[in-house]
Amino acid sequence: MAQTAGNSSYPTAPPLRPSGGGGESPLLLRGIAKSFGAVQALSSVDLDLPAGKVTALLGDNGAGKSTLVKLISGIFAPDEGSIIWEGEPVRLRTPKEASELGIATVYQDLALCDNLDVVQNMFLGREIVRSGVMDEAEMETVASRTLEDLSVTTLSSTRQLVASLSGGQRQAVAVAKAVMARARLVVFDEPTAALGVSQTAMVLDLISRLADAGMAVMVISHNLNDVFRVADRLAVLYLGQIAAEGPISGFDPANVVDLITTGKSARLAPSQPGMEAAGKEEEQP
Amino acid sequence: MISAPPGASESEANEVASPVPSSLSGFLRQWARRARSGESGVLPVLGGLILIVVIFQVQSPVFLSPANLTNLLVQGAVFVLLGMAEVFVLLLGEIDLSIGFVAGIGGGVAAILLASPYNLPWWAALGAGLVATAAIGAVQGTLVTRLGLPSFVVTLAGLLGWEGVLITMIDHSPSASGGVVRISNNVVNDLVNGNLSPLAGWIGMILVVSAYALATLGGEQKRRKRGLSALPWSIAMLKVGITALAGVVLVLICNTNRGHFVSLRGVPWVVPIVLAVFAGWTFLLGRTRFGRYVYAIGGNAEAARRAGINLLRVRTIAFTLSGLTAGAGGIIYASRLGSMSVGIDGGTLVLYAVAAAVIGGTSLFGGRGKALHAVLGGLVIATVYNGMGLLGMGAASQYMVTALVLVAAVTVDAFARRSRN
Ligand SMILES: Nc1ncnc2c1ncn2[C@@H]1O[C@H](COP(=O)(O)OP(=O)(O)OP(=O)(O)O)[C@@H](O)[C@H]1O
Ligand SMILES: [Mg+2]
Repeated sequence: MAQTAGNSSYPTAPPLRPSGGGGESPLLLRGIAKSFGAVQALSSVDLDLPAGKVTALLGDNGAGKSTLVKLISGIFAPDEGSIIWEGEPVRLRTPKEASELGIATVYQDLALCDNLDVVQNMFLGREIVRSGVMDEAEMETVASRTLEDLSVTTLSSTRQLVASLSGGQRQAVAVAKAVMARARLVVFDEPTAALGVSQTAMVLDLISRLADAGMAVMVISHNLNDVFRVADRLAVLYLGQIAAEGPISGFDPANVVDLITTGKSARLAPSQPGMEAAGKEEEQP
Repeated sequence: MISAPPGASESEANEVASPVPSSLSGFLRQWARRARSGESGVLPVLGGLILIVVIFQVQSPVFLSPANLTNLLVQGAVFVLLGMAEVFVLLLGEIDLSIGFVAGIGGGVAAILLASPYNLPWWAALGAGLVATAAIGAVQGTLVTRLGLPSFVVTLAGLLGWEGVLITMIDHSPSASGGVVRISNNVVNDLVNGNLSPLAGWIGMILVVSAYALATLGGEQKRRKRGLSALPWSIAMLKVGITALAGVVLVLICNTNRGHFVSLRGVPWVVPIVLAVFAGWTFLLGRTRFGRYVYAIGGNAEAARRAGINLLRVRTIAFTLSGLTAGAGGIIYASRLGSMSVGIDGGTLVLYAVAAAVIGGTSLFGGRGKALHAVLGGLVIATVYNGMGLLGMGAASQYMVTALVLVAAVTVDAFARRSRN
């Protein structure tokens, strides 16, 4: 069931879905660097996250993926470089500032309160209030409609406590929360790490649907199957630097593994359109 | 499916899955399922309360007399108020060990300011007492939230420190004699010892029950109109009916003459006072953003932070409200005794406050609890206290029985939790 893109030649199959629009990128990263003491977690990172596309970010443990997510979601600021949001350089000082701009981050476990129900979680921090009193009926209506729009059908009730949901259902709630917040960029940090086969399929489906709706989507994953199923574009981080970036058609699982583990790939076709910077040092005599 | 269809024709499967089934049989089936899986709500504590009442009534026939039941309500008021103070802090996943002596400060400040040479009017003295305890809550809350000190330690220091402050305050008060400040203001003494007229009791009860009925049935009607799942009418009416019945029984009991030589009847003022605090905190915790954020922080502080909630502010306000409520408890305590003394046992009071909240069903780990839990738990403790007193058993057996009740309550909770996971 996993689509292994082009193990013989380049994938000839059309993209998983008609990639609508694309073109403009709400978020550009330019020359981003971040270090923790002596550890250079990221250096001179350039990355575009185009609207309507799923960009997968790959890299080995400690490559700097989570650090990059945290910069984008306002948890801390870069040492150097600029974050350009819809054409303007921005400073993201808090998670709240990032989410107010339209950047939503879906974390694996930290984003939901187990003791609150689905509606309460989806509206957490932006409750609908009428003269000081929360309008529960209105919130429930909007939450149900959002979940329906996303074709999330596995929840028996929006008044279920989140504690009683499965991992995939929790991801669905977190995604719906991002959608309801009118996010223009949704970042997923290892969205399928703890999920079984069918729940993974459901979450990947959701991710694709967000891109179809015109959002820019970034997915971090260690699972190449998932990445090749859902991503339009790939970026590989190696020791804090972008080792390769481009449309998924330029990659196959074998060269991606090379890029992740060594930062370069001999198997990479040099004339590949859209490929940038990969293995340049290697080519120089 | 996500929400119940607007039509009443639901399949059986939906009734089982949806949290609020729209038929009576579906509701009962679901209730049984929830009780089995540990989400039984306040039923265990209600059952426990009835059991204790039956035991005491069998042992002592005067237990259920109107005079004793009214007395029990008055005794329970302080436990209930302090329990509600504790609920605010427990919901955050913190604990407050100081509220017994904070209550003492509230009562002490009021008593001293009522007496000469200050002779403040009652409202100013009570207001000062409440401001003082709210400020104490704010200071302790600030230490916990801004400096990140453990609440256990900060309020343990409070437990020691505020007793010292109370003793100093009363010792230096010109009106104190032998470590006691008497309260001669009638309004303040009547908070507990005065009664509503029988007619006022009926009118007040009818108003309260009508307001509750309007809110409950109106809310369900609103959900129905929007096509959201709502309680079956039979259940909604049952809730209102039980509340009305409880109100009628309460007023009937209190309006029975319980005096020996002079007629003494009517609902004690303290009952509507406690009810008002209960209604206010229930509304705040259940219907406002602030309340929602208290639960969110107790459930998952990191998630709350990422949702943009100002944790420092919400936590500090919760500690402040806890202090305020403790002050109200202290004033009621002082009103009941007609004085404030350095001998107030704040250490035992705070333990009873925690016990009241936990017996009622509030979790020590944060995120789960209600003002109602303090009311029910406080009544359980008052019942034990009162019943043991009637049976002529002293403090020793009262402590032991309360301990057993507390252990029973957390055991029920632990089992419920285990079957939930
Ligand atoms: N808060 C921090 N303080 C100090 N060093 C940090 C901190 N966060 C990350 N690092 C370091 O930065 C580097 C990149 O870490 P990061 O968490 O971004 O990696 P990652 O690609 O997400 O790895 P993984 O796949 O294991 O999640 C690592 O060397 C890590 O030790
Ligand atoms: Mg990581």
